[in-house]
Amino acid sequence: MPTLQTSPDTESAPPDYEIHIEARTGWLRVNWRELWEYRDLLFVLVRRDFLAKYKQTVLGPLWFILQPLLNTLVFTIVFNKVAGIETGGIPPLLFYLCALLPWGYFAQNVTTGAATFTNNAHLFGKVYFPRLIVPLSSIISNLFALGLQFAVFFIFGAWFALRGAAVYFGPAILLALPLLLITAVLSLGLSLLFSSSTAKYRDLSHLTPILIQLWMFATPVIYPLSKLTGGDGRFAWIAWMNPMAPIVEGFRFSLLGRGTFHGPMLGVSALASAVILLLGIIAFGRAERTVTDCA
Amino acid sequence: MKPRVEVESLSKLYRLGSIGATSLRDTFGRIAARFRRGAGTTPRKETPAAPAGRQGPTPDTFWAIRDISFSAKAGEIVGIVGRNGAGKSTLLKILSRITEPTSGRAILRGRLASLLEVGTGFHPDLTGRENVFLNGTILGMKRWEIAAKFDEIVAFAELDRFIDTPVKHYSSGMFVRLAFAVAAHLEPEILFIDEVLAVGDAGFQKKCLGKMGEVANQHGRTVFFVSHNMGAVRSLCEHAILIEDGRATMDGPPAEIISRYLASTVPDEIAGELDWTERDDAPSCDDVEYTRLRLLDRDGAVRTTFEPDQPIAIEITYRVKRRLRGVRFDVAFTTQEGELAFIATDHNFQREIHEPGTYQTTCIIPGGLLNRRGYAVGVQCDVPGERFLIHMRNYLSLVVSGVGNQSSSFPEPWPGVVCPRIRWEIRTLSEEPVAA
Repeated sequence: MPTLQTSPDTESAPPDYEIHIEARTGWLRVNWRELWEYRDLLFVLVRRDFLAKYKQTVLGPLWFILQPLLNTLVFTIVFNKVAGIETGGIPPLLFYLCALLPWGYFAQNVTTGAATFTNNAHLFGKVYFPRLIVPLSSIISNLFALGLQFAVFFIFGAWFALRGAAVYFGPAILLALPLLLITAVLSLGLSLLFSSSTAKYRDLSHLTPILIQLWMFATPVIYPLSKLTGGDGRFAWIAWMNPMAPIVEGFRFSLLGRGTFHGPMLGVSALASAVILLLGIIAFGRAERTVTDCA
Repeated sequence: MKPRVEVESLSKLYRLGSIGATSLRDTFGRIAARFRRGAGTTPRKETPAAPAGRQGPTPDTFWAIRDISFSAKAGEIVGIVGRNGAGKSTLLKILSRITEPTSGRAILRGRLASLLEVGTGFHPDLTGRENVFLNGTILGMKRWEIAAKFDEIVAFAELDRFIDTPVKHYSSGMFVRLAFAVAAHLEPEILFIDEVLAVGDAGFQKKCLGKMGEVANQHGRTVFFVSHNMGAVRSLCEHAILIEDGRATMDGPPAEIISRYLASTVPDEIAGELDWTERDDAPSCDDVEYTRLRLLDRDGAVRTTFEPDQPIAIEITYRVKRRLRGVRFDVAFTTQEGELAFIATDHNFQREIHEPGTYQTTCIIPGGLLNRRGYAVGVQCDVPGERFLIHMRNYLSLVVSGVGNQSSSFPEPWPGVVCPRIRWEIRTLSEEPVAA
């Protein structure tokens, strides 16, 4: 077969290419070079998620839009109209829709990421590749839904702006990018921590959705950050403890030109996210060594 | 030149019973039990005992593999042979980096790919084309490599018309062909293959075997091949390793290893009947189980010694647990030296649908076929081209003996696996006068 001789660099591996298999020790056991070698797999997995979601359901990607819209509707009725929670002069619909952009992305990342080992047990039991690729790929795949939600948000934003609502679109919009980056880092770290612990204790998988739900109420999604920091500051610690708080509020500042941009709190958030990611990588490295032994 | 693969005293310790995932309740229970200890606690009841001779350092652990060392050169096809549970799969999982060893180490010089099954990661909703890229990258190929070989892969799978159809609409044969085609076009320096050749129809299997041989011979790749198919091991491998009870007990030319392996799988005593009706260790799977296997002579009596000209009946009684389609049984005769004599199948006789119930299939080997020697009789149950229900294993054994054989009435040793009764025609064409 002539074609077997085509690819020159696979004919013989570089002489220094050696794989050493032994019981690994140490804390941080990530082979970064290898992770880079497998970037094509990352790409293909992201593509798979996209194609599979697109093909599976009748409405396809429409769900990505419908879900936050329905949430927004419920929030508007329950929290704004019934409970009467102030939205700081922003039209309630935009207020919630905007906060749900980073929050939805975060929640989706953590939920899918936490199930990494459970959902991929079969794959992990049959073939080796750097396991980190899988949670990484879901973080990227979820960006697709986020993109659609951004589009919806801007459509509504433009509509409200034309009707004279007090929202401003300006260069602050660029702030959304670093905010999203922190969200991605934080949610990746939590995915790794949660998936490592659910790999060991399956029952923890029931806890994840509850935790996310509670977390949302501790985050200024349905109320402005000023509710926590304002007044006598009794609840300010909640905001300081919660890396998602300044991000969600920062999004309002960035996209609507209203709300607060809390620099120091964001700094703490970024630092905490980095630490959580590091802890996540360590825990994940420990879990991936033994988790396939049950397969 | 350094060997391509070096394995040094590789060992893996497993915990019995609670391997891997547990529940919080179990952990709390264990912690609680630790506090209560002293009152003569018993081990948890579901913890099974370690196989004899493989106990680990603590009572609830056992050695899946222990102290395995070997090496392999470039271009070698190495067969890994052993009974189920001997540790072959664990060895392969460690070498393919799915799990880590407890101690020891291995050095692999080159890129590595392992095929512990075909079609890993295939997504039913994606098309054949999309799955080729998905599966290929999971197996470690680069996208450009797959793109460069794409046409070849599709041609190998014989699927060109269906390549843009979602694989959920594929028949199982098409699925397997596509999956194997991807695997066959991997170009690692080291390849691990586990039983994947046990899929597909005979023609396609042959094609895959040919491809593997070619990959090793022409491109200097090292292939490790775990199989129960001794014929494939014999014809493909130059080097084989026998794994018994977690240890590598033999390393050398395949012929010797295969006969040692088969000798160890043949029941120690010559067995003409195995009856599981009163036992709970019948060979079984979710769909079917054997209830009795017997070797019968023409009068219906169980025997283990047959004259060369007597027919031999192999009677398989089996119970079908749920509705099955397309099941067949195969009977393999292997000589005491470990050479496969033949495989007979009831494929053309078997019913299409099995409703749950008990059935019997009997294979009648005519007299005047087998040579005088010992044979092991293996039985297997499968759905051809789709899956194995119960793998081939030698259950019964018999001896063909007697004075003379089909070819000669003189009691001489007669080579050959079979010795069919052959008719000769002898003619005198012309006679010449004998000089006085």
